[in-house]
Order: sequence, then structure tokens, then C-alpha cells
Amino acid sequence: MAEFLDTSLHLPAWLAYFLAALVHSALLLGLVATGAAVFIWMERKVAGRIQDRLGPARTGGKFGWLQSPADGLKLLTKEDLVPGNADAMLFRMAPYLSFTSSFTPFLALPFADGWVARYVHTGVFFVLAVLSLEVFGVVLAGYASGSKWSLFGAMRESAQVVSYEIPLKLCVVIPVLLCGTLDLTAIGNMQAGWMTNWLVFHDPFTFIAFWIYFTCGVASVNRAPFDLAEAESELVAGFHTEYSGLRWGFFFMAEYGSMFLVSCLCSVLFFGGWHGPIPVFDLLGWSYGQQETAFRLTGYLANLGGCVNLIVKGVIGVTVMIWVRWTLPRLRIDQVITTCLKYCVPLAAICFVGVLAWQLLGLRGPNDIVPVTRHGAAGVREGWVLKAEAAERQAELGRTAPAAGAQQAVAMREQVGG
Amino acid sequence: MLAAIDGQATFFWFCALISCCFALGVLFSPNIVRMAFYLIVSLGAVAGLFFLAGAEFLGAMQLMLYVGGTLVLLVFGVMLTARSNFIRMKTGGGEWILALFVGGGLLLLLLRTAFMVESWSLPPAHELPPADASTTTEIGLALSGVRLDGRSGYLLPFVIVSVHLLVVLIGAAYLARTKRPADGD
Repeated sequence: MAEFLDTSLHLPAWLAYFLAALVHSALLLGLVATGAAVFIWMERKVAGRIQDRLGPARTGGKFGWLQSPADGLKLLTKEDLVPGNADAMLFRMAPYLSFTSSFTPFLALPFADGWVARYVHTGVFFVLAVLSLEVFGVVLAGYASGSKWSLFGAMRESAQVVSYEIPLKLCVVIPVLLCGTLDLTAIGNMQAGWMTNWLVFHDPFTFIAFWIYFTCGVASVNRAPFDLAEAESELVAGFHTEYSGLRWGFFFMAEYGSMFLVSCLCSVLFFGGWHGPIPVFDLLGWSYGQQETAFRLTGYLANLGGCVNLIVKGVIGVTVMIWVRWTLPRLRIDQVITTCLKYCVPLAAICFVGVLAWQLLGLRGPNDIVPVTRHGAAGVREGWVLKAEAAERQAELGRTAPAAGAQQAVAMREQVGG
Repeated sequence: MLAAIDGQATFFWFCALISCCFALGVLFSPNIVRMAFYLIVSLGAVAGLFFLAGAEFLGAMQLMLYVGGTLVLLVFGVMLTARSNFIRMKTGGGEWILALFVGGGLLLLLLRTAFMVESWSLPPAHELPPADASTTTEIGLALSGVRLDGRSGYLLPFVIVSVHLLVVLIGAAYLARTKRPADGD
């Protein structure tokens, strides 16, 4: 997009990049903020239905959807309190830190083939690295509030999030291992076709790994049944006891933002990303070929459909999280840590070794995924950078997938030598 | 006039300025948790510099290891060991001298390297080689002992570091376990 502004409209390069960055950020911020508003309304509706109530119905609008805007107005007009005992600067900064680190990963998350705000070659790694910083905002908030309840909440949260990062990342490594790349766009594109190509159906181990990923994802975004940091019955409200108004709202936006992010990442890694259960656009022949760089209206529509597809999958993930929250009781802190260290970590490790063995033995699943063995040059379509590894992938399709990294390295050496 | 502004350089100065200012903040703040916060921002800006230079893997690594890991540990350590709220750090004279010695040595090394660079002017953007996309693959292969240029890889250091980490992990688990009375008592 920056290239388009630069070359077609003759803007100076820095202005072109600035405008492109502004458009991308505005789009993503709109998505996250609107998403948070919708999810909060949905949470209340689902909670109501699960508890045999109507949920919000009186605020107005069809099904009470005006509840979220009303909440927003209320939060905007509330007084911005800082407790006398608090470290005022850190207390004010903490919500921004939390929100920034839950919003920034969206920059590297692809929404369709090549539709990504900032193309990062090591997308998975970047997303996880930034997402793991969210706990900082919470820890700082708990510490700076100068209240023991807040500090307890923050300590619980940090213990929980730091321990759940291990199985979460072990589970994320599995799709990376199968695809041979850290590139989220490439991982998504490899699962093109029918839903049998989704990595979750690759073999039994990836199927188990998905469930562990989801459990750890719920824990790492601090949702019930793992919401110990804000256990009302024990800690008043945990780390955000002392917060009010918009700063409190930032914490909530961060929570719903990272829920959505974890679900979207899940659907890219395990559920084909923008490739649906039925490849409608592939069957119509609308989707872009992997080597294509020219703009086509049908291809654009296919990408738009893929984007909607990914967002729907993300929303389904968030709905499941809400459903789980209102179904299961909250765990105790020792149970939370036990679940992580005694069940999730060993299971994730077994899945990891299992997937390795499956690949080494050359067993077949319903998929026909071929891992990336070479990284080609990047191409540009619609102003988006995309990797041109498709031709190589087609060439690889005939051969069997290389069994071990050593063979792969030898192959690469031959290419370099020849 | 607008065309004269160099985006790359502007972002470089922006990130560098943030990094330096917050590094000074770390130096002059007496409050440990505030220092940790300044350190986050400073290290984050350094990660931004890495991204600007096209070293995405290094930038993400910086965020993951330094900003994430180290500071979680720091905050944990500070918050779990603090006797009173909002502890302050007092620095003695000897520590100042030691710090000046170490910091001055590193600064000298940096300055020497900086003066060894022949020319500081950048070639025009279109003459720069594109950032290599596949550095991660090369790093991974080098860590498993294979390097494309035929030199020896880093398998041995990698294995040594892994064993070391395992030892630390077991040690931590041993230190943190519940103390039970010995058998037979």
C-alpha cells in the first residue's frame, strides 16, 4: 500500500509509509475496539441465557445491543481516581501498557492471503513475544495500586501466565514444525482446500495439541475458570480493584482483545485460517494463485471472504471461551498450577514428540501438507508483500517430504552448490 | 520540503531517543519498580531499532527474552523480596566507582568500534540489499550444526547451553519444592 501511494500518487516516501501505517492501525484499532464492545454484550447475553435469564434487554435496541455503548459512555464520564497510597505514574501507565501489548500482535496477524498490516517473516514468534508482555501491565497495576488485594491478584496472575506460557508455546511449535516456517501467512496458506487439510486433523497428536493450546490460551488471557487474578470472592476485584473509568475500560479492552487474538491465532495455526471448511472460492477459481501478483476483482472478493472466514472463526473461539466461563467454577491457585505443570506440560511434550515421530515414520493423515523447505523471494500484490514459495511447493508435491532436518540441509546445500 | 524528510532516519532517531532517555531514567530513578518500567520501554525501543534494521528475528527475540523474561524475573524478585511498599535503592560510593569503571570500559569499546566505521552516510534506499527473509532458517540450521558456507555450526554450544538450562530448571524445582520431613523421623 505504501508503494502504491509512493508510486501512483507521487507522495514522498515517508508520508506514504505514514499514511499506510495510519490506515492499517486505524482499521485494526477499529476491529479490536468494536470487537470488545460486541464481545461484552455477547458475554452478558450468553451469561444470561446460560443462567436462564434474558440478559440485557432494557437499555434499548434489538436484543439490548445498546448496552455496550451505554457502558462506554458511563466509563468515559466516570471520575479518573488515583488512590492516595498509589505510585501515581505507574498507576496511570499500567492500563496503556496492557492494552498496547494486547493490540500490537494484530499488526502481524494475517487476515487473508497476504492481508497483513506488517508482514513479519517470523510472525508466530512476534505475536507470542508481544502477547507475553501483557502480564506486565497487570503486574504494574497490582503493584502501583498500593492495595494488598491488587498485589495478590497481580502475583497470582504473573505466576499463572508465566507457567502457562510453557505449554502454550510447546503447542504452537507443533504447527510450526509441520509447516517448516514461522511465517503465519505461509502456515495459513498451506492449509488451503477442504477442511481435512486443517492442521488439527493432521494426526491424533495435533488434535490433542489443539485442546491443550486452547486450555492454555484461556489461562494465559486470564479468563475463567483461570481468572484467579480477579477472583471477586477472595480478592475484591484483584489487580483492577482501584481502577475506575476509562483506565479500567482499557484493561477490559485488553482482555477481550487478547481473547480474540488467541482465537484468531488458533484458527490460523490449527483451523486453516482464511481457508474455510469448504473451499468455495477455490472451487469457483476466484482465489489468487500463489504466484499471482496482479490485482483481480474476484481474487479480492476471495480474500475478503477469507477475512470474514477468519473473523467468524475467531468469534466462535471467543464464544466458546464465554461458554466455558459461565459453565465451569473457578479453580484454586494450586489446582491451576497443578493443571499446568502436571498435565498440560507433559501432554504438550508428548504431543510434540508424537508429531515428530509421525513425521519421521512418514505416516499419512487426511492432509496433503508439504512443509516449506526453501524460502523464495517476496512478491507484492495489492500492495501487500507475499512470499513466492508456491512454485517450490508445487515442485515439492511430487516428491516425499524430507524426513529429517539433516536431509533438508543437504538438499539446501546442493541447491547452493549447484 | 516534505520530500527532504528521511523516514528511516526519523524513526531511527525517534527510537534511539526513547531508548536513551529511558535508559537515563533507569539510572537516575531511586524506585526499583519504576526502574523496571523504564527498562521495559528502553529495551522495547531497542527492539524497534532491530525491526527498523530488518532484523525481525532479533527484534522479536529481544522482546521475548530481554523485555519479557528478564523483567518478569526482576519484577518477581523485587516484589517477592521487598519488605516494605515502594522500596528505594541506595547506591554506595564503591558501587558508583565500580559502575563507572565497567560502563566506561564498555563505552570506550563502543567508541573505538564507532570510529572504525569508514563512512556513516547511507547508500540510497534502492541500492541497499533487501533484508534476507530466511535468516531464521539459517540460524536454526546453524544451531543444529549445519552451515551453508561449510563452516562448523554451533551444535556443541547449543547442547551445552541446553544441559545448563536443564540443570538450572532441576535446581529451581529442588529449591522451590515443599520441605517434607526426612524419611524415618
